[in-house]
Amino acid sequence: MDKLIVGRYIPGNSIIHNLDPRGKFLGTFYFIGIIFLANSWYTYLLLFAFVLMSLKLSGINLSYFIRGVRPLIWLILFTVMLQILFTPGEQVLWSWWIFSLSWQSLINGAYIFMRFMLIIFFSTLLTLTTTPVELSDAIESVMKPLKWIKFPVTQVALMLSIALRFVPQLMDQTTKIMNAQRARGVDFGSGSIMKRIKSFIPLLIPLFVSSFSIAYDLAVAMESRGYQGGENRTKYRQLAWQRIDNLMIVAFVIVTILLIILRFGVNR
Amino acid sequence: MEISFKQVGFIYQQNTPMENIGLEDINLTINDHSFTALIGHTGSGKSTFVQHINALLKPTSGEIKVGEKTITPETNNKDLKPLRQQVGMVFQFPESQLFEETVERDIMFGPMNFGMSEEEAKQMAKKALHQVGLPEEYLEKSPFDLSGGQMRRVAIAGVLASNPKTLILDEPTAGLDPEGRLEMMTLFNNLYHEGKSIILVTHNMEDVVNYADDVVVFNHGKVAKHGTPSEIFADEQWIKDNNLELPRSVEFMNQLKAKGLKTTDNPLVIKELIETITNNI
Repeated sequence: MDKLIVGRYIPGNSIIHNLDPRGKFLGTFYFIGIIFLANSWYTYLLLFAFVLMSLKLSGINLSYFIRGVRPLIWLILFTVMLQILFTPGEQVLWSWWIFSLSWQSLINGAYIFMRFMLIIFFSTLLTLTTTPVELSDAIESVMKPLKWIKFPVTQVALMLSIALRFVPQLMDQTTKIMNAQRARGVDFGSGSIMKRIKSFIPLLIPLFVSSFSIAYDLAVAMESRGYQGGENRTKYRQLAWQRIDNLMIVAFVIVTILLIILRFGVNR
Repeated sequence: MEISFKQVGFIYQQNTPMENIGLEDINLTINDHSFTALIGHTGSGKSTFVQHINALLKPTSGEIKVGEKTITPETNNKDLKPLRQQVGMVFQFPESQLFEETVERDIMFGPMNFGMSEEEAKQMAKKALHQVGLPEEYLEKSPFDLSGGQMRRVAIAGVLASNPKTLILDEPTAGLDPEGRLEMMTLFNNLYHEGKSIILVTHNMEDVVNYADDVVVFNHGKVAKHGTPSEIFADEQWIKDNNLELPRSVEFMNQLKAKGLKTTDNPLVIKELIETITNNI
């Protein structure tokens, strides 16, 4: 679990760290959207250049990102293999039963691979440079329009920030209980599948028990500080949109325009 | 069981931006059958240190010897069970490790993992429950129906039931009432006199002077001082510089000396303090 970096936050003071979380949040989704505009080597090159520049700006070591992707590599390769083997092409290089290999399918596989990398890098960048609290603020403000359809935005936002607040604590608790049970002779992750599944009972039951007791204590503590419900509360953390955030939008617009030109202008 | 650390270092999350030093260059020997107290302010490496003794953490450099077993950075996760049976570990707030339906089954969990038969484990559970001072009818109860202090006792019984030679206690009395504290500490002291080695992590200096015969002071992941309680508490200035406290009797004696009581004795516990005062008035 230590190796996977998706969802972590690394403190820093770079340009990316200081961007408005709302902008970063929407920007990430927007970027995942425009990745599907890419259809040639040039377009992927452009996107890679853009992602690398963003990573560079975040001040986080590139090798760290690459190592973070490593646990996911089998999933990615599996998908890429499926894509390669099952895409029919005109110039068949090799075929057997339902599998076939062609230049087109190889290129397609490469595209899919790059698409995966781009999406993972970019979304990891969001979580690495944004604190969980900022992220939940961003989600709350992005969800605000949903109030029109009677969606309980404030409650959901509170739920989110409480959930995020307790992720590290529950992780610590998990490690602690795991260690305690290990000291009592449990072997996590060894033996037959059934044995492995059973070895998680001494971990999960204490975790559930402590989660419920945390929830109960927290609810009482919140009520005793005057909390009565989601509405009519003020906000202490205010998000501020700055000039740098406008620059980010400009960067996205430029990339989009370049992508469209490369896709529709050059080839046809 | 003798425990020796040779140039042990430990780094949390090595090779990541969150890299963080836990222990640095630890050279230390804890003798067989000793009552060792580990003190030092929060984050000084005490808990990290004790987790190395039964290989819950493995050093990133150096070598640890626990009895016959040697732990190095390359030590395999297999074959650690005998070690963990010999080194029992009571974590902070150990009540959070209870999970079985009855107290008896929870206490039996450790012994059975270490290969005892069900009969033996039942015997051990009964004995351990008695040791921690709970009546036998608790065996059939659910651990979640007990009070916090009783859960703590059951959890400690669960560790004692495997009959470890060395017992590591990470602030075992945190959050207990004064009576519960005293009972627990007396229990550990008795276990020590029955022949077990005790390693106690604590912030309570009274416990150190009352029970320990060996003290290790940690500071910033290093061993700052190692000696008997009287050696450790002899230098008042050093104790203050390391954000530690003096035991009450030492503090009181120092005040008396400042007021003019003439003696060279340095009583550590209340009983000695009373003797010193009566002998010098």
